[in-house]
Amino acid sequence: MNWSELDTWIVITGVLICAACALPGAFLMLNRQSMLGDGISHAVLPGLAIAFLLTNSREVLPMVIGAVAAGVLTAVLTQMVQRLGQVESGAALGVVFCALFALGLILIRVASDKVDLDADCVLYGSIETAVVDVGRVPRVALISGGLLLVNILLTLLFYKELRIAAFDPALATTLGFNADAIRLGLTVVASVTTVLAFESVGSILVIAMLVVPAAAASLLTHRLHWLLLFALGFAALSAVLGHIGAVTLPQTIGRWFGQSDLGATSSAAMMAVAAGGLFLVAWLVAAIRGWTKSNPVKPIETTMSPASHR
Amino acid sequence: MNATSLETLPLAVRDLNVAYQSKVVVWDADFDAPAGKLVAIVGPNGAGKSTLLKASLDLIPAASGSVRFFGLPYRKARHRVAYVPQRESVDWDFPVSAVEVVAMGLYRRLGWCMPVRHKHREMARAALVKVGLGDFATRQISQLSGGQQQRVFLARALAQDADLYLMDEPFASVDAATERAIVEVLRELRARGKTVVCVHHDLPTVPEYFDHVALLNMRVVAQGPVAEIFTTENLRKTYGARLTLLEEAAQAVERARVAAQHRS
Repeated sequence: MNWSELDTWIVITGVLICAACALPGAFLMLNRQSMLGDGISHAVLPGLAIAFLLTNSREVLPMVIGAVAAGVLTAVLTQMVQRLGQVESGAALGVVFCALFALGLILIRVASDKVDLDADCVLYGSIETAVVDVGRVPRVALISGGLLLVNILLTLLFYKELRIAAFDPALATTLGFNADAIRLGLTVVASVTTVLAFESVGSILVIAMLVVPAAAASLLTHRLHWLLLFALGFAALSAVLGHIGAVTLPQTIGRWFGQSDLGATSSAAMMAVAAGGLFLVAWLVAAIRGWTKSNPVKPIETTMSPASHR
Repeated sequence: MNATSLETLPLAVRDLNVAYQSKVVVWDADFDAPAGKLVAIVGPNGAGKSTLLKASLDLIPAASGSVRFFGLPYRKARHRVAYVPQRESVDWDFPVSAVEVVAMGLYRRLGWCMPVRHKHREMARAALVKVGLGDFATRQISQLSGGQQQRVFLARALAQDADLYLMDEPFASVDAATERAIVEVLRELRARGKTVVCVHHDLPTVPEYFDHVALLNMRVVAQGPVAEIFTTENLRKTYGARLTLLEEAAQAVERARVAAQHRS
């Protein structure tokens, strides 16, 4: 295995991006909206395309604005379809994001005649080419580092609000913490995260990182702060294992079949595969230790002493 | 109902109409919760009992009508009102411990972005002790029985330290120990001059637990002191002529009458 500076930057960027996605992903999961991450990561496509067609550039700001608009539109449209069409939320989301994604593909096809913005890159990402920035810190590493920092700060700042809005939205709202507004804020953060991650790792890895680390972490702990830390850990580990796997696995497997000329495969895709593998490990650990949701620690009945002696 | 009572009543609902889609759920409801009383809202399934509470709290939009808490709209009286949703309304597998759930009752006082500190956790612990769950503070909430979960919700409302408590079915499918614990807490609240409104489904216990009752079936059929209002005639108007229910109700009415005689 030939490890170069490029590999180091791929791993660093991957770790930062994956961890940045895992945080909003964990709260989407707790809101039972994991698929909204999937929906957003597809539905931002028309937002990106329209922003690109309007400004004729791939500057970060217009892209982010387009994506956030599309992300919020997804959340709002999904709610409307659910209410007006009286279908369950998963079906409503499916209708909305597929339609928006298809619209995005059409727009990108139109745009690609003019400039380099191709659908493959959006779908699978190209972390390998994104980090090429000879002699200095790659731009994507800086962006993903900043993104992770902002997401960590937002999580710390709104930890209690995010928790109550996810656990008991009715109570949150009656206390003056409007649960709908908090959830919309989460949608905005997820949209921004998605579009910034898009450029380097593509939508498949974004979806995986929004959902899988949080899901794996939830198998191992009953505490929210541990869940977030585990999710960050799983996300980072997925990035490291993923890139190592992308570099070494094709050659190893090729040797088994007598083919020695196989190169490295997509790092982003392999990171998503690694996340799946880690989920499997977490599930096995939980199963062996007997931590299943259907079999929680048996409640012990209390002897009653409701102390009202005043 | 005159203007002065509107300004002093903990909760005064006037001409409230609520509809889901085009289906009317609450129709022209007038409801008063007098200060310092334990008030039951009873009525058949789908009568709009929970909806009446939720619409009062601005959780779901009302088509028309007015709601006043201590003479003020809800958003100006938040600090004086505590709401206990139905136990089934939340996910009990959520990664949070009993004491953390109870501390949520303090969030409004904490304000946006301020963290829960040690002293808040101690306040939450004290509320848990009051409902008999002092030893369960650090338990993850899925490791509690249904009755214990209901008591956690009650402790959270106590932590809010409000003047008016609105509870949605606090007695629904709880064990006998929890039922006793809740009743004791309600009586203690009343002794301190607080007002409690409970959506209640168990007719026989109404005379024993509550001072006032509102009979609801889309509209408020009757409301007032239990001894006057909780009659077979009124229950028939509320529930229709379902036999078993009426038998149950008749027994309850009889007991209420005996209890009233006992008091006087």
